[in-house]
Amino acid sequence: MALDKNGIAQRIAKELKDGYYVNLGIGIPTLVANYIPEGMNVVLQSENGLLGIGPFPKEEDVDADLINAGKQTISMVDGSVLFSSADSFGMIRGGHIDLTILGAMEVSENGDIANWKIPGKMVKGMGGAMDLVASAKNIIVAMRHVDKYGKSKLLSECTLPLTGVQCVKKIVTELGVFEVVPEGGFKVLERAPGVTLEEIKNSTAGKLIAEEEVPEMAL
Amino acid sequence: MINKVVANAEEAVADIPNDSVLMLGGFGLCGIPENCISALVAKKITGLTCISNNAGVDDFGIGLMLQQRQVKKMISSYVGENKEFERQLLSGELEVELTPQGTLAERIRAGGAGIPAFFTPAGYGTEIAEGKESREFDGKMYLMESWLRADFALVKAWKGDTAGNLIFKGTARNFNPMMAAAGKITIAEVEELVPAGTLDPNTIHTPGVFIQRIFQGVNYEKRIEQRTVSQ
Repeated sequence: MALDKNGIAQRIAKELKDGYYVNLGIGIPTLVANYIPEGMNVVLQSENGLLGIGPFPKEEDVDADLINAGKQTISMVDGSVLFSSADSFGMIRGGHIDLTILGAMEVSENGDIANWKIPGKMVKGMGGAMDLVASAKNIIVAMRHVDKYGKSKLLSECTLPLTGVQCVKKIVTELGVFEVVPEGGFKVLERAPGVTLEEIKNSTAGKLIAEEEVPEMAL
Repeated sequence: MINKVVANAEEAVADIPNDSVLMLGGFGLCGIPENCISALVAKKITGLTCISNNAGVDDFGIGLMLQQRQVKKMISSYVGENKEFERQLLSGELEVELTPQGTLAERIRAGGAGIPAFFTPAGYGTEIAEGKESREFDGKMYLMESWLRADFALVKAWKGDTAGNLIFKGTARNFNPMMAAAGKITIAEVEELVPAGTLDPNTIHTPGVFIQRIFQGVNYEKRIEQRTVSQ
């Protein structure tokens, strides 16, 4: 059975390592915070200016002066620290953030990503996405394999305006885990529980690389 | 001591003319100069260029200035929560320069620090690179981006003193410290204004040298865009 968005987040959480500083994008990536293994120290960055995002606050602790990059009210944890947005992006650009997890509209087989603009339809802006994808040491994309019209989001080339070039290393969708290989192509690392390679092939427009036997994901 | 204290927002923005370039602090609705925005709305000046990470929402923040067509151009990174903004943009009434958030923060910082341009990897290979110089450093490609400076910077802090020194709270700091330095005239509105000498110099975030006018704001609404709570 294909994963739901929580399943995607749960699988991505397995990529976390003790001591990581991580930036989570809006949407499915935010859910990854719910699956950080017990006892593992992972510090979450909010690019508006906070390291150490805590859970949503209790009603009586809501503070308008404490929000995450999705403009949601949040709390802090022991060891949290606040800073300006310039310092925050200095951390990102300077390579001090270990992992960035973000959503995408399209990813190409050479690791290009498009996630900020649909010409003529959506002009919200790129926010911090261009800085994050250009600078993070490791980028994992969390997204649906196909769009709402059934069109594949894993493509030979992106059709939408790019957010960054040759930057995505790994993609987790409801169908599986994919590595963007240096020579170009999506290598199937794992299948979602019950999903066949055939189903993955049918949903992928870009070049797919698969061994004869692809292991099923363990959650 | 130089007297920087003004009575209120109306007095602080009284000499801002039409067609000014403004910086307005804040991320979303967090840390925005609410009092100064209200005063600009009442003053009805037009032709403004506003440099701000976001454009408010339809009925709060910079959204209030957009409703009155006071803004000619926005320089922002994300403008998604504002239907009137999107309408003016798609109809061509409003000019918008979208800039990656980190690039925006650094362009403002550079403006205040006297650095006319710098190289950043953000946006290389995308449509925002069009017309910009790119250069390779240690095998990676970077884009040249230029500084931003403003005629007036409007910032919001938690506490300030009569010397203009500022302390911010929580994530309301965001773009405010860089903007404070990048305005020819910077106006700071604070929730609590205290006499110089009251704040511990070790805890000050923005030195008063960057601030020309300061006042204690009133009736802060501090609207929340996404109230998320846990049980």
